[in-house]
Amino acid sequence: MLHEPARSSGPDPASGYKTRLGVVMFIIYCLVYAGFVLTSVVAEGRAMQVIVFAGLNLAVVYGFGLIIFALVLALIYNHLCTRRERELGAAAGGKGAGA
Amino acid sequence: MNLHGTPLSIVIFALFVAAVLFLSFFFARKAKSAAGYYAAGGQIHWAVNGISFAGDYLSAASFLGICGMIATLGYDGFLYSIGYLAGWVVALFVVAEPMKRMGKFTFTDALDAKFDSRGIKLAAAISTLVVSICYLIPQMNGAGSLVEPLLGLPHWVGVILVGVIVIVIVSAAGMTSTTYVQFLKGGLLLIFSTILVGFVLARGLSTEPVGLDGGAPGGEMTVEATESQLVEQGYVLVHTTGSLQKYDRDGATTWWKREADGTLWRAQWTSGGVVNGVADGVLEPVGRLRQIGGMSAAEAAAGTGSVSPVAFLAHLTHPETRVEQWQKQAVTDEKDAKYVVYSPKTVTGTDPMKPGVKFKVHTTTEKLNFVSLMMALFFGTAALPHILIRYYTVPSPACARKSTIVAIASIGFFYVLTLFLGLGAAVNGTVNPADNNMSAPLLAMSFGGVLFAIISAIAFATVLGTVAGLIVAASGAVAHDLMDRFGRMDLTDRQKVRAGKIAAFAVGIVAIVLGIVFRGVNVSFLVGWAFAVAASANLPAILMLLFWKRTTAAGIVASIIVGIVSSLGIILTGPEMFAGPYGLTAEQAWHPLGQPGIISIPLSFLALIVVSLVTKNRRVAVEG
Repeated sequence: MLHEPARSSGPDPASGYKTRLGVVMFIIYCLVYAGFVLTSVVAEGRAMQVIVFAGLNLAVVYGFGLIIFALVLALIYNHLCTRRERELGAAAGGKGAGA
Repeated sequence: MNLHGTPLSIVIFALFVAAVLFLSFFFARKAKSAAGYYAAGGQIHWAVNGISFAGDYLSAASFLGICGMIATLGYDGFLYSIGYLAGWVVALFVVAEPMKRMGKFTFTDALDAKFDSRGIKLAAAISTLVVSICYLIPQMNGAGSLVEPLLGLPHWVGVILVGVIVIVIVSAAGMTSTTYVQFLKGGLLLIFSTILVGFVLARGLSTEPVGLDGGAPGGEMTVEATESQLVEQGYVLVHTTGSLQKYDRDGATTWWKREADGTLWRAQWTSGGVVNGVADGVLEPVGRLRQIGGMSAAEAAAGTGSVSPVAFLAHLTHPETRVEQWQKQAVTDEKDAKYVVYSPKTVTGTDPMKPGVKFKVHTTTEKLNFVSLMMALFFGTAALPHILIRYYTVPSPACARKSTIVAIASIGFFYVLTLFLGLGAAVNGTVNPADNNMSAPLLAMSFGGVLFAIISAIAFATVLGTVAGLIVAASGAVAHDLMDRFGRMDLTDRQKVRAGKIAAFAVGIVAIVLGIVFRGVNVSFLVGWAFAVAASANLPAILMLLFWKRTTAAGIVASIIVGIVSSLGIILTGPEMFAGPYGLTAEQAWHPLGQPGIISIPLSFLALIVVSLVTKNRRVAVEG
């Protein structure tokens, strides 16, 4: 069952939507990530040692924030993609491109 | 530091290896076709694939290298965690589904899907090999570091052991066995790292940590004295170099680090037995708090008791907290004999809890290096061949997307843990000053032999899983891309599998040799370079192929070649190589850049655009 030849998945009517959405989300994350890098560089990184939350400095909070933000964006992206795949799949009378 | 394997650690290690080999032979009979060998038949469930992604990606660099770097440098090591995780955003939003749609077995297939160009096949295959080998070196090095304390065997034996086991795994069932080995390893790594962090938080913080075997960290090596006390004890000052002083007493040599206030701290040192900077077995584990902010000396010695994750970090960040960090210096004495001296230095808690200990950002060059590193980590993940081939093991683009999200969740969680593991090692007296790669397993050892044996065996499995993925990618590049498609050897399905197995054997041998040669270098640092090469050579080609319709085959080839040559060229002529493997000084380097991404990534984009515009008349396939 697991080891049939690798298969192609056929046309995906939602691919255009997913590509556009992916680019938008990529740019959003890119900006937040660039903010982290610039904050570390500007003023020799002094901003990163400012305590901002529960005794934690900006470096720790921003670092954890980037990791959590990546997951949140990923879940939103998957939700929107899956919804569009179902819509287009239903409109085409098939089951769409979902897994 | 003399650590010897216990019977328990050997038994657990043997069980792991037996389980891995059983999996490989179990799947061997089911992976006779090329699709089965190179892509696990494209039928792996997305959830399994997601954890396997974690098992593939969370390599020795993550578990050993990052934890070791955090243990010795603090937050600068965590920058790798952040960058490595952020890279998955690029993979998910931009690369995952198109790669699945366009590819078959290898990353080269996807790049070449629209062109059928021999140039792309050759360039992409070479890129896959270069990146995979850059990535293999630190993995093998990490394996050697692990086997020394786990089994009591020399470093080189560990490297050979990993090489042989992985060759067996890959040769047996290719991507199928590799997938399940990575799934097993990824799951275990997450579970036991969580348990270890739980132990660290339950123990809390103290200026008198338990250390290894119940002894004080550093043993007698962190003795504080004054010059007059040493003279009274019969020590004779024979040489001074900077803040380091060499004393002789009764024919024995000791090195001491002199503080600004005249205090002397006894240093650790190695001489004749040093190979590539690694100790010859005389160093004691180190790392402790000298003071905990907001607590008296007596309270700090008694310890905080169990703490929450936030409280753990807040205590360490406190401006009154003092942390002992160890520095390495190569020095010569009055007889021109060479020594490597490790000496303690006290810093405030705020210093290691923000960027800037290793990656300083004072000068323009330092800022460029920092930005360059963060660029390479961000753009490198989605360009790693051994990661990209995992998109072909699932049935559909949607499954590729979902497995990437599982990967982000599991890998992100692990990277949060790395901060606690690294800092835990730094304050619990479990850092080997000569080889910080062992910080996490030694931290486990401070909680007893059972946890150490399990964590070390998992770390070893970590190396196995990642090396297996790398060797599958590299063997695919040789057998599928170069021999079958570029060389037009027109192999049958069975011959493709055989060629892949032979290539896996050859790449495995190369990995073993390099793992021995590069002993002692921090594994995460080397992986950072692999990311830089991948981000420079592969990502511009992938992105432009997907989003710029004027891209031509010649443009892609130019981009890959320029990316490889410029990134490797900058690394090989840079200060890290001069100060490290070349045995010269950083000042003798051709340029001050240690990280190539900020130059090589834009250069690769530029090459693709210029060459594509020049060769636009050959742009048939893209528009077709």
